[in-house]
Amino acid sequence: MRLDVILRVIAKLLIPFIAVFGFYVHFHAEYSPGGGFQAGVVVAAAVILYALIFGLREAERIVPVRVVELLMGVGALIFLGIGVITWLYGGNYLDYYALPIADPQISQQVGIILIEVGVLAAVTGAILAIFYAFAGRGR
Amino acid sequence: MGLLTLLALTAVGIVRLRNLFAVVILGAVYSFLIATVFLVLDAPDVAMTEAAVGAGIATVMLLAVLHLTKTEEGKPRQPQILPIFVSVVTGAALIYGTWDLPPFGSPDTPVHTHIGPYYLEQSIPDTGVPNVVASVLTTYRGFDTLGEVIVIFTAGIGVLLLLGRARRPGRKQ
Repeated sequence: MRLDVILRVIAKLLIPFIAVFGFYVHFHAEYSPGGGFQAGVVVAAAVILYALIFGLREAERIVPVRVVELLMGVGALIFLGIGVITWLYGGNYLDYYALPIADPQISQQVGIILIEVGVLAAVTGAILAIFYAFAGRGR
Repeated sequence: MGLLTLLALTAVGIVRLRNLFAVVILGAVYSFLIATVFLVLDAPDVAMTEAAVGAGIATVMLLAVLHLTKTEEGKPRQPQILPIFVSVVTGAALIYGTWDLPPFGSPDTPVHTHIGPYYLEQSIPDTGVPNVVASVLTTYRGFDTLGEVIVIFTAGIGVLLLLGRARRPGRKQ
């Protein structure tokens, strides 16, 4: 891979756009196709492309294994935690209307955005953890 | 129809080829074709997922696995009669099942008369979210999505347990 100048330059150009597109898919999911799951995959793909071009160790330097594994658990915990929070405010599990926000539509949207963040973190973390586990064995 | 023909051709190619590298790439082609089919069926969310996961991530994972094994599939030891029998019978049963399906796009099927219209009418008043897929996934069916996330989490944990954590940089090699 060391001599593939074209690949390296194109990857450098593409990776920021892939990552930004991932977050666009995430935060624009209310209005266009997408959501936390698709966004998580796209963001993970940006890191995987980086790992393919510049090597696994470089990628692990930027997105360490520990962070990836943490993301996976934190994502699931965010989702579960939102449900517990709606409990604490006296609603049913994952009933966003119970959130302490005056406008019921806004409370729904806040709930949706929060759990989508959880989905994004869990999916990105899980895919990268699996990728690191497979790719790390080859060394 | 053209798309489905291409799908069938790709599947035949995958079965016949012995070079696993080519099989993986054809698998990615198959995923892109399926994603296009989903797009034709007006399901851009599913199409996006299929293109990103099936054609992107799964291909990279399989290539990473190929790096660990041989890239040539071994010759089968005996003629593969039982697998052919199983696939023919399963395929015939599935095709027989499609005869009972309502015509494609028919508006008076349960899927269009049961709870679908409620979601379409109530998504804006309930949540103010115009993308009904998003509001169904996260609000009306939030619990299912929670289960999905737990499945992904469990898959990640399972792979980590089976393969061991990726080696820390700098410890070995």
